Amino acid sequence: MEFVRNFPFFCIMLAMVSGPVSSVLSGKKARVLSLSVVTICEILSIATLYYTLDLDGPFVYTMGRFPAPFGNEIRVGVLEAFMATSFCLIMLLSLTGGLKYLVKDVPEEKMNLYFIMINLLLASLLVLIYTNDLFTGYVFVEINTISACGLIMIRGWGRNILAATKYMIMSLLGSGLVLISVSIIYGITGHLLMHNVHEAVLKIVAEDTYTEPLMLAVGLFSVGIAIKSALFPFHAWLPDAYSYSTCSSSSILSSLVSKGYILFLLKFIYRVVGTDVFRLSGADDVLFIFGIVGMIMGSVDAIQQTDMRRMIAFSSIAQIGYIYMGFGLGVEAGMVAAVFHILAHASAKSMLFVSANGLAEVSGQSMNYRNLRGSGLRNRSAGAAFVVGSLSMVGIPLFAGFTSKVYFAKAAMNAVTTKEIITLIALAISTVLNAMYFIRMAISVFTPKMNEEYEDERFRTGTVYRLSVVVFVVIVMILGVFSNPIFDWIERGLTEFS
Amino acid sequence: MSKIRSDYETSRRAAFRRYVSGEEDLKSIDYMPMFEKQIAEEKKEDERATEHYLVPPLKDPMEDAKLHAELLGMKWFRRLYVVMSVALCLCIIGAMVYNVAFMPAFGGTDAPTNNEVSERYLEKGQEETGVVNMVTGLILQYRGFDTFGETHVLFIATIAVMILLRMGKKEIPEEVDGEESEGDVILRTIARFLVPMILLFGLYVLVNGHLSPGGGFSGGAVIGAGLILYSAAFGFTSTARFFNEKIYDILKVGSLGLYSLLIIYYLFTGANGIDSVVPLGKVGAIISSGLILPINVLVGIEVACTMYAFYALFRKGGL
Repeated sequence: MEFVRNFPFFCIMLAMVSGPVSSVLSGKKARVLSLSVVTICEILSIATLYYTLDLDGPFVYTMGRFPAPFGNEIRVGVLEAFMATSFCLIMLLSLTGGLKYLVKDVPEEKMNLYFIMINLLLASLLVLIYTNDLFTGYVFVEINTISACGLIMIRGWGRNILAATKYMIMSLLGSGLVLISVSIIYGITGHLLMHNVHEAVLKIVAEDTYTEPLMLAVGLFSVGIAIKSALFPFHAWLPDAYSYSTCSSSSILSSLVSKGYILFLLKFIYRVVGTDVFRLSGADDVLFIFGIVGMIMGSVDAIQQTDMRRMIAFSSIAQIGYIYMGFGLGVEAGMVAAVFHILAHASAKSMLFVSANGLAEVSGQSMNYRNLRGSGLRNRSAGAAFVVGSLSMVGIPLFAGFTSKVYFAKAAMNAVTTKEIITLIALAISTVLNAMYFIRMAISVFTPKMNEEYEDERFRTGTVYRLSVVVFVVIVMILGVFSNPIFDWIERGLTEFS
Repeated sequence: MSKIRSDYETSRRAAFRRYVSGEEDLKSIDYMPMFEKQIAEEKKEDERATEHYLVPPLKDPMEDAKLHAELLGMKWFRRLYVVMSVALCLCIIGAMVYNVAFMPAFGGTDAPTNNEVSERYLEKGQEETGVVNMVTGLILQYRGFDTFGETHVLFIATIAVMILLRMGKKEIPEEVDGEESEGDVILRTIARFLVPMILLFGLYVLVNGHLSPGGGFSGGAVIGAGLILYSAAFGFTSTARFFNEKIYDILKVGSLGLYSLLIIYYLFTGANGIDSVVPLGKVGAIISSGLILPINVLVGIEVACTMYAFYALFRKGGL
């Protein structure tokens, strides 16, 4: 076996071991360790991606001495490796972009605890990407939930504790539903490994033996993941959680944590029940409807906000709606567009949070849009990044959001006529609504104040901050302009999934 | 001209324009006629002064009435909310109960769970892992990676509680220690008698995990309970003589680190088809079953530390 096949395993183990090690380190050393672990994982993931591109199909890595249905295993294909690469990169940039604010927001004696959370979050995301086993997925969903909770409450304000409590309650409800679903599936198939479950599921559907429990399990799993990733009616925890936590936390939460769950759902749809059975259960229609409603309602809520970070948080609800709408379209192209939108949203949203913090820094730490006037002139790099992020969110050509919207529209053309019409109309309305708040904010940020108080004060941002913002902009542009190879990888990965 | 201009000022178009340029809040557009501009200006001043105000300042009776109506609406909303949530729960319960009728019978011989997987665990488990207690062999060898993750769930839960409750060194009140060293006489007498037995029993469960029911998780929980009883009876000061923050850190990180090394060795050799150098030993002996015994002990230490840490964090905010 080639040595490179061990790389995903190394990434996971590195992230997991660095967690306990950080607990005895000082805050500074824990930070260095965490940043280097994320960087190493990024390099190893790139190597894995490069390796899988040349392979004919995905490879399976046995976790232990015992092969598949008896032991654990992970599965590495093009899509998995690509997702791991992009998640590591976005996590690294969110950390470097928010480093300055982290030192300010997190007390020194709790700094190492923060990085334990980051390390284990990375591990759980990687496992959710690579796992080929339902129960392993569930265990790491738990780790993901607890570490996300830690990220929210590390700042220690009353608002953070409240937000973390809300998040905990909703998220545990979601985990509970997922666990019930996994147990039902184990009860009717006798397997936990995705491949074997899939075979058993096909048999169940063909012989019509345990169809009712199967349908219930599919429904519970979809709803559980939808709650955890804040699909429209379950989004009540999201605005507080995203807007009051520290900069790195909010960008990681919005871009990665919810996306890890969505990828797990994607695996469930493709590898466990299969797309046909998923459509048979009707769960895709439900996701479609709530996705569409979320697209509109998230933006309507965002327009009413006066706090910039709450506005960005509400726009996340709309973007999650897009992804579920793609899942619900019922065609292959919709899934591809949804997976691409996971990336497009992850990169643009984390950039928006990082830049929003930069803008607030030069406006007396205020997030109110009135105080933010002209802040783009005071902190140019943050302002520029904010404009790029906004344009991507609205869907202007050259930026990532445009590509995913075009592909959503293209996918809708292949769908059933009702869904096609609804999707196209919702896309149009949602774009206008997005423009209403994002473009307005971008204009406001670059309009000088009437009686300028900070006239001479030219603010200097740190090199690390500027560098991470530049890389963010480059990623968004690459996703917008050179999207063809990425779509090829996603399509190839999804074909390998089934 | 002036008339047209004032028309424009009050029109929705102008309001939208003001909204776009960031001068106006969208919520205020609809219900703010121009003659109230003066009041609104004052309100804005107030808002600027206290940016996250909780109770809006009440000024005119109209607003009072509005607030009243709002509260009434809230009341109805709360009632509706209760009714809806009960209905939702009933729906979910109904779906679950309905589902039970279709599930395979519990423990039935023809249930899908009785397949080649559980067969192999039961028939070949002893030979392949060297354990008598198959549950231990299953969680530490066949599905060792899951258990590794589960141990980290415990670890990260302690860390999350620490984020919430850990105070700086200076903030821990000294009196807590003083108060608690004066334990109850009955409690102290019984604890003196019970604690060694509990610890011994925990140790027994721990090291016999591969032979009899028990293992790292249960043995660790027993030891943790013994530690909690000790510190409840004799106070934190006497517990700190043999179990303080330093020792806690060493034990926790040492056990998790060693566990990680062992599991990495196990997973890596297993995946790459390298023969493991750890002998399985004679089935049924205390020192047998390869890596399972040390892993059980390490998991036990981690669980005991977690249990005690939760207690100490909730009692006084630090170890």
